[in-house]
Amino acid sequence: MTRHAAPFQQLRTLPVTVPGNGQRPTVIIQPSRGLLRLDLAALWHYRELLYFLIWRDVKIRYKQTAIGVAWAILQPLLTMVLFAVVFGRFVGVSPEGAPYTVFTYAALLPWYYFAQAVTESGRSLVGDAALIRKVYFPRLVIPLAAALRPLVDFAFSFLVLIALLAWFGIRPSWPVLALPVFVALALLTALATGLWLSALNVRYRDVGHTIPFLTQLWLFASPVAYPVSLVPDAWRFVYSLNPMVGVIEGFRWALLGQSGPLPSALAVNAALVLVVLFTGLVYFRRTERTFADLV
Amino acid sequence: MSDLAIRADGLSKQYRIGTRRQGHDMLRDALVEGFGRLLHRNGRPAERADLIWALRDVSFEIRQGEVLGIIGRNGAGKSTLLKILSRITEPTAGRAEIYGRVGSLLEVGTGFHPELTGRENIYLSGAILGMKKAEIARKFDAIVAFAEVEKFIDTPVKRYSSGMYVRLAFAVAAHLDPEILIVDEVLAVGDATFQKRCIDHMASVASSGRTVVFVSHNMDLITRLCRTALLLRSGRLVEHGPAANVVEAYLAEHSTGTSDNLADRPRSGGSRARFTKVQLVDSSGNPRPAHASGEDLILRIEIHAEEDLPDVGLAVVLKTLSGTRIITGWSRESGFPVSLHRGLQTYECRFRRVRLRPGQVITVGLWMEANDVLDSIEDAMTLDVILSPDTLAVSTDRYQGVLLCDATWQRV
Repeated sequence: MTRHAAPFQQLRTLPVTVPGNGQRPTVIIQPSRGLLRLDLAALWHYRELLYFLIWRDVKIRYKQTAIGVAWAILQPLLTMVLFAVVFGRFVGVSPEGAPYTVFTYAALLPWYYFAQAVTESGRSLVGDAALIRKVYFPRLVIPLAAALRPLVDFAFSFLVLIALLAWFGIRPSWPVLALPVFVALALLTALATGLWLSALNVRYRDVGHTIPFLTQLWLFASPVAYPVSLVPDAWRFVYSLNPMVGVIEGFRWALLGQSGPLPSALAVNAALVLVVLFTGLVYFRRTERTFADLV
Repeated sequence: MSDLAIRADGLSKQYRIGTRRQGHDMLRDALVEGFGRLLHRNGRPAERADLIWALRDVSFEIRQGEVLGIIGRNGAGKSTLLKILSRITEPTAGRAEIYGRVGSLLEVGTGFHPELTGRENIYLSGAILGMKKAEIARKFDAIVAFAEVEKFIDTPVKRYSSGMYVRLAFAVAAHLDPEILIVDEVLAVGDATFQKRCIDHMASVASSGRTVVFVSHNMDLITRLCRTALLLRSGRLVEHGPAANVVEAYLAEHSTGTSDNLADRPRSGGSRARFTKVQLVDSSGNPRPAHASGEDLILRIEIHAEEDLPDVGLAVVLKTLSGTRIITGWSRESGFPVSLHRGLQTYECRFRRVRLRPGQVITVGLWMEANDVLDSIEDAMTLDVILSPDTLAVSTDRYQGVLLCDATWQRV
């Protein structure tokens, strides 16, 4: 029997452009082996997605609240007042030279950034589970965006710091140029921690619950409310392993002209952070393949 | 070689039962297991009973410009295959090579955020689906026009009606221009008019020389859009060939003409009376495997009642696979009184000379009521409609309509 064209088989068509048949990218899909393929090229390819994810979180953060951006300024500012009353007045902590308020605020600035970055990146993969289950992109984009996003808040509260410095007539000198180094150290510390936490949290949801305790503990182990000089000498070495000690001391040195962290301590901090970051990346990449099945 | 779009070789994916649904493990379990492994060093990760193969040794090739349909029952591995091809999850074993930029649509509205405006969501969702910012900006007006949401483009999408939301979400997805498009059953959304536009759009994509991999339960759509198809059964590839043949194979594995285990069917109603069996029979009561078009269609229905029930209404409904009701046989409409007694009983419904287009599969729904709905099963059984001497000359293309009717032509 001959086959005739069926009536009405012709469907209405919309014009559709066919992409050029030049160089076709080739993708090989197979179970991944080996310890590490960072695939930073793929990350670079998806840089616009990184931008859009940060942009989304900034928008949503300020859209849902009544006073919006003001929160970025109010949080560290109110904490500063609280610390000033409790520690500055009752406990009588005396920082070298600078007024206690500025002394605290200079530490709260990087601290708030760090705490937010750790919390948000630690929870980021589980928070974006719907995306992970339905679309492919390098998963690294998600915790990276979450670690970068609080920089926006940081920028706003930095304006307050400038106002505070002006009010108290403090003029930072050349060390202020080193500030980006300490911001970068805080960022890398947060990212390294966030990578570990986010990947672990996909598998063990218990991890998500420990994040608030972790940041609280970390706060007490960092010289935010008190100067490093209060730490007993016997503990000083262990204490200085905490990269946030280096960051906070660095901020006070750069802004207030106080005695800064020892370069050797900073080098140890940086090395430690790089080790955690690198192992975090390895763990992240190794577990990444199961994210969509587990999350 | 150069005209290949996808080559899959022995793709397999193993899941642990439960992990797919429950998601995450307990840290405690991992610790316990870790210690256990330390104690029993010789323990090998052997074939474990709680592991299942969602996909097993699937190999195929797709050429550039081919439109391939993937069919199979729920749980046959269709979604797993799509997820592997779109790199969302890794195969446990096997390998696939993909030549070209892949865009996958496994869901409508991926990445949409209710707080953001339509405009913002177009950019966000577009970026998540893999479009560049400049590309989205270029297509922005077309997307808005396709979705017909011009007036609300700066309103948060949480204030959209569900129809608007779906239209916008699909519009973004429809403007993805990959070389290889992977689509899960996302077309079953929106109102009928929009559904038609989505299907038309898919059809034009399919006929534009692009490579498309397409999962659907709608056999009509598969045969219309796809040249070739894959049939998966329990994770294995069982058929690969011209779409019409594969669809036929799929339908064949479905229909038997008898369904004597209705206990596990999704149903609603109480427990006072239940359908236990439905069977297609001929006029002397012998079971039949399929309905020959044009003959009487007789269904025997077995009912178990827990109590005596006077004044019951029985109904059987014949539907297309896509759910359109074709015929209902209702005892009250036929003026036939039914009263059930405690225990088993059998009723028979005879439709006279049912002329359905051969080649299609119809599903049978059952329903009974005594003031309340006693039992209701949407899909109790499927039936093949086959050719009979009476209907040998007609087309078996389901696209030509469900019912047959004598049509005469003349010049006037």
